[in-house]
Amino acid sequence: MGKNLYKKVWEAHEVRKLPNGQSQIFIGLHLIHEVTSPQAFGMIRDLKLNVAYPNLTFATVDHIIPTDDIARPLKDHLADEMLSALQKNTQESHITYLGADSGQQGIVHVIGPELGLTQPGLTIACGDSHTSTHGAFGTLAFGIGTTQVRDVLATQTLALSPLKVRKIEVNGKLGKGVTAKDIILHIIRKLGVKGGVGFAYEYTGDTITNLTMEERMTLCNMSIEGGARCGYINPDQTTYDYLKGRKYVATQNWSDLVKKWDGFKSDADATYDDLAPFLAQEINPTVTWGINPGQAVFIDETIPDPKNYQGLERDSIQEALDFMKFKPNQPVKGIPVQVAFLGSCTNGRLSDFIEVAKLIKGHKVAKGVRALAVPGSQAVDHEARKLGIDAVFQEAGFEWRKPGCSMCLAMNPDKLVGDEICASSSNRNFKGRQGSPTGRTILMSPIMVVAAAITGRVSDAREVFVL
Amino acid sequence: MNEYSIKKISGKAVYVGGNDIDTDRIIPARFMKCVTFEGLGQYAFYDVRFDEQGRSKHHVLDRPEHQGASILVVDQNFGCGSSREHAPQALAKFGFKAIIGGSFAEIFFGNCATMGIPCVTLEDGQRAQLVKSIQENPQAKLMLDLENLEIKIDETKFKVNLPTSIQQSFLSGKYDPLFELLEGQKQVNDVAKKLGYVD
Repeated sequence: MGKNLYKKVWEAHEVRKLPNGQSQIFIGLHLIHEVTSPQAFGMIRDLKLNVAYPNLTFATVDHIIPTDDIARPLKDHLADEMLSALQKNTQESHITYLGADSGQQGIVHVIGPELGLTQPGLTIACGDSHTSTHGAFGTLAFGIGTTQVRDVLATQTLALSPLKVRKIEVNGKLGKGVTAKDIILHIIRKLGVKGGVGFAYEYTGDTITNLTMEERMTLCNMSIEGGARCGYINPDQTTYDYLKGRKYVATQNWSDLVKKWDGFKSDADATYDDLAPFLAQEINPTVTWGINPGQAVFIDETIPDPKNYQGLERDSIQEALDFMKFKPNQPVKGIPVQVAFLGSCTNGRLSDFIEVAKLIKGHKVAKGVRALAVPGSQAVDHEARKLGIDAVFQEAGFEWRKPGCSMCLAMNPDKLVGDEICASSSNRNFKGRQGSPTGRTILMSPIMVVAAAITGRVSDAREVFVL
Repeated sequence: MNEYSIKKISGKAVYVGGNDIDTDRIIPARFMKCVTFEGLGQYAFYDVRFDEQGRSKHHVLDRPEHQGASILVVDQNFGCGSSREHAPQALAKFGFKAIIGGSFAEIFFGNCATMGIPCVTLEDGQRAQLVKSIQENPQAKLMLDLENLEIKIDETKFKVNLPTSIQQSFLSGKYDPLFELLEGQKQVNDVAKKLGYVD
C-alpha cells in the first residue's frame, strides 16, 4: 500500500513516540516574526535554555511594520518595542534576522519561498496560521502557538498528533478570470470553515498541477481558513524550476536533490482518509459577503436569506448580515466599496502585481476609493519597480507602499475607518479584522480587487477588463 | 515542564454563543502589540464587550450574575483563524480554566492544551440543555471531571469528549511537553543528522 506525502514527511521527521501517544517531530525550518516570538524567547530565558538549532530558524518583521515611514524609532512605540525585542532576541541567539535594511524583509510566507528556504519534504512551523502557504512546495507546514515556538526554539521539535489526509482533486480548465483565489474560496464555501478540522488537505488534479508556484501558494495559504491546519501539493517540475538558483537552495548535485524531493511525492496507490472532487468549469469568480471566508458566493449570485436556514446556521447568517449591513437576497455585484487592498501573504506576490498591472493601464481608481498596493516583500517591491509596475499602479491612483502584512490584519497604521467596506485580496473577513471594529471586508481575487477599485463597486472583472 | 495534574475543574459557567467565533474576535489584533501575555485578560472579546468609545455593551461576560465564571461554554468551531496564543492567554487571564464547546479549531485547541486549559466537546442537544441550566441558574457550580470525561451541573451529568492523548496529558500533569521533548535531545540530534539538517 502506497503512502501519501504527509505520511512520508511525518515518518522521516518522527523522533520518537511520547508517553501520551503523541509523536516528537523534528522541525526542518522554523520561521519567526515579531508578534508571536518575544514571549517564547522570554520563556526559554526564564528556563535558562538555549536555542538548540539557531541555523534552522529565520526571522523577519512583517505584522507591525508601517508601509510608509519605517525610520526608527517607529512612531508607534509599542511596535518599536516589539521590533527591538526581535532584533535583540535573534542577535543573542545567533538567528538570521532579515530586517528592513537587509533587502530581504517581507511577509514571512512570501520570503520563505522566495529565498528558497521552503523546500519539498520539509517540516515547517511558524507562529502564524498561514504557514500552510509553504505546503505549495510539498512540505508539511503549519501554524503554531507561542508555547510551541518556545518548544521549537529549545528543542527543534514539537509534540504532535498526526492529521488525517483529505485528497481534494480539482480537474478541468478554469474559465477566463477565474483564479487560484477563486478555487480556494469555492472549496472553503463548499467544505465549510470547519470542514478541514483534523485534516491536512492534499490538493491534486490537473487544474492544480497546471497552476504556477505563486498560484499554488495562494491556494495552500487559505487551507487554514477551511479549518485544515496544513495543505500541500506534491512537488513536480514546476516546483523544481521555481527553486533552482534561489539563495538557500544547494547548487551542487541538483539531480540528487530533485531525486530526493521526488521521493516525498504521494505514491500513485497512496490511501486517503477522505476524498473531495471538484470541477474547474463549475468555479466562477467568488467573493465573500459575510464574516468568515466560507460565507461566499459567485459574483453573479445573491446573498443568502436566513429564512431558508435553521438553528445556529441561520443565526450565523443573520449575524453576518447585521454586521455587514446587507440585505437577504441582495446581489453582491454592485455593493459600493470605499477601500481596495491588494497585498498579503495570500496575494502579495510579484505575479499578482504583474497580472493586475496589465489590466489597470489606462484606468483610474474611482473617486472616493482609497486604494493600496502593498508588495509582499522587499524583493517583490524591487522587481516590481524594475518592471515599472509601481508607476502603473500610481498612475491609476493606487498608493504603492512598502512591504508588510499591512491592512490584512491592521497591526500597523493601515486600517479601515468606521464601517468602510474593503475589497481585499487578503484571507480573512472576520469582524474587525482590518483594524476598525465595524470595518467590513469582502475577500476576492486580485483582479476582482482592481475591478472594484476602478468601478467603486464589487464588480465582475470579466465585465470590466478584456481578459 | 512537570506541572500539577489536572483532574477536576469546577466553577460557575458562562455561555458565549455563536458558531465560528474567531481569534480576532477573542482578541483583536491591535491588542497584540506586546512582548508579554500579562494584562491581556482585559482585552478578551473587547470589541464585542465595548463600543468604540469604550462604553460597555453589557455583554454576557460583563453581567453581574456571571462575574467570577471560570468555565466558558461555546458553540461550533470556536477559536478559528489565527494561531495567536494571545487568544487563549487572554481567556486564561480573564479567568477561564476550561472550555466546553461543540467543536474547536485545531491550533486554538492545541494552544489551550499546552497551557493546561481543557477544551472538551459536548454534542449539540446536550449542550443546549447545559446552556439552559446555566441561564436558569447562573450561580450553579459546574464540575468537569477529566478522569471520567463528564460534567455535572446541579444533578445532571453529561458525557464529554477529549482525545485520549490530551486527557492523559492533563491527568499526568505533563500537558506542557517541553520537559519530555528535552529528554529526547540525543535522538533529535540523530534525526537531524540523518536528514542532513546538520553535518
